[in-house]
Amino acid sequence: MKKQKINLRFAELIGILLSVVVLLPFVLVLFNSSKKSADIVISPIMPPRHMGQLFTNLSNVIHNQNFSYWKSFSSSFIITVVSLALLSLFSGMAAWVLVRNKKTWSNIIFMLFVAAMVIPFQVVMLPLLSTFRNLSVFTGIQFLNSYTGIIFAYLGFGGSMSIFILHGFIKGIPYELEEAAWIDGCSPEGTFFRIIFPLLKPVQMTVLILNGIWIWNDYLLPSLMLGLNGRIKTLPIAVSSFVGSYVKQWDLILTAALLAMIPIIILFIFAQRQIIQGMVEGAIK
Amino acid sequence: MNIQLKRTFSLIEIILGLCAMAFALYLDFTGSESSYRGILLVAGLILAVAGLFILPVKKHRAIVNILFLLPVLLTFFFTVLNPFIQGIFLSMTDWNGIKFTKFTGIENYITMFRSGDYIYSFLITFLFTILNMISVNITAFVLALLCTSKVRGKNFYRASFFLPNLIGGIVLGYVWQFIFNKVFTAAIAGSQSMLTDPNLALLAILIVSTWQYAGYIMMIYVTGLQGVPRDIMEASNVDGANWWVTLRKIKIPMIANTFTVCLFLTLVNSFKQFDLNFAITNGAPSRILQGKAILSTEFMALNIYKTAIAKNEYALGQTKAVVFFIVLAVVSLTQVSINKKKEVEL
Repeated sequence: MKKQKINLRFAELIGILLSVVVLLPFVLVLFNSSKKSADIVISPIMPPRHMGQLFTNLSNVIHNQNFSYWKSFSSSFIITVVSLALLSLFSGMAAWVLVRNKKTWSNIIFMLFVAAMVIPFQVVMLPLLSTFRNLSVFTGIQFLNSYTGIIFAYLGFGGSMSIFILHGFIKGIPYELEEAAWIDGCSPEGTFFRIIFPLLKPVQMTVLILNGIWIWNDYLLPSLMLGLNGRIKTLPIAVSSFVGSYVKQWDLILTAALLAMIPIIILFIFAQRQIIQGMVEGAIK
Repeated sequence: MNIQLKRTFSLIEIILGLCAMAFALYLDFTGSESSYRGILLVAGLILAVAGLFILPVKKHRAIVNILFLLPVLLTFFFTVLNPFIQGIFLSMTDWNGIKFTKFTGIENYITMFRSGDYIYSFLITFLFTILNMISVNITAFVLALLCTSKVRGKNFYRASFFLPNLIGGIVLGYVWQFIFNKVFTAAIAGSQSMLTDPNLALLAILIVSTWQYAGYIMMIYVTGLQGVPRDIMEASNVDGANWWVTLRKIKIPMIANTFTVCLFLTLVNSFKQFDLNFAITNGAPSRILQGKAILSTEFMALNIYKTAIAKNEYALGQTKAVVFFIVLAVVSLTQVSINKKKEVEL
């Protein structure tokens, strides 16, 4: 028994050490965004002498023309929120239709979505650009460098996995529920919106979190579709173009990185359990 | 509203919608650059769809089915299916990103396999994938054992190990570039940055990738380990099995399918690695191979991106992407089938 206790203490020590190692980069970012450029050169490891510099750096970066934090934050926010709302609604609708029609066509469509999950983004990214360019010319709607286009693309790319997850869940909902509603005179769309959609809440959480983390952090798709110096910038793009224009100005770059991290860290602090659970469940299914 | 009125109303709506769409198309074919045609097209579509939706007919259920599938199918077609099929075709042309003039067959594929940089990035991606699978999974499994033991504060460890995974690779990449270039060189006085040596730069990406991803994989192992029935664990305890024997004979065999999932995820994730690669080294430093300078840490995803976007060789980039897809599909399917077989044996 005694030996076990010693082992436990030892394991705790390792746990503490490891979490310090894991969290250290975040601490270093905070430390160094509170220093002047010259102080970083002298000692990048030590804590800053006075935290006041943090606010100077923050206000410098927030108001910087190349970064324009509030603008890129709100762009990222709009893109993520609208994509997520549409994704959960549309994928829910499609998954429900695919589950409740046990026909060949629904199987084919479902298999198509599942198979598409293997396709890496690199294969479609170049023709995607030309497809969207053609679509813009054809419809007169701006698809490149616009919210419409990038949200459209996220619906296309996020649909596969969302439908896959939702499909598995809807299969478990007893059909009798719908029959009862139908007998009571509920229309098919009413059945979906009043009965099925509310039931999807727990699994929609998974869909929202998985897609949300991905869309919020995505770099390649926005960099291609919005451009690096376009009208609309997402946060990762803003950070990247900021780094490009302030090479080795680590005090500014790290402050920008800090600003990009803060929203998600705050979210994580408040919704830890849901986020972890959502992401893990999505992976296991 | 009575049925007759409703029918007339919805029919009018559908006709108006169709007219609007037809007029938008007419504007398009006459070459008008009016920005209203997009709005007209969408408004017409919405009108027609809404009309169809409230049209009282026997086939209402079928209409609902189609309308419910339409949004995802439409976006899926234009973003995945069409570009994918087009991409395979374009890889066999001299496409320059806008148009192509002739069909070249497998010429691009030959050029691609002859170019040293592609073969190199192919191999380095494989090397990275293997090393990353090993390091992420071992780290994650050890962390998971720690987090499922009786230690105090394990919820805090879980959360902190998981955190890096939520921050995007681009931002983390720049942060780690700073750590490698400034912090490590300051911590070990007089040392060179890891990012200037080809082999160490690969190790650097491996470290960051493990740091970022292990927490996620750990949570999956934790879920698996928690699923091991308690009475089996107790039985082995009563039988006097020590920690190591329990781990080897009970825990690991019981969570074989968790291993499959985790290995698959890390395999696909490392193979597609782009963000970290782009932000930490962007392919640098170069390495001299057979008298030619080759970027030493340029993985396949980055190689494709650079070929097309930076060097403007769209057709060649697309060809590389097609091969990338085939390799990824073959490797991941093989991995899953091998692991599935192992699961059955256990």
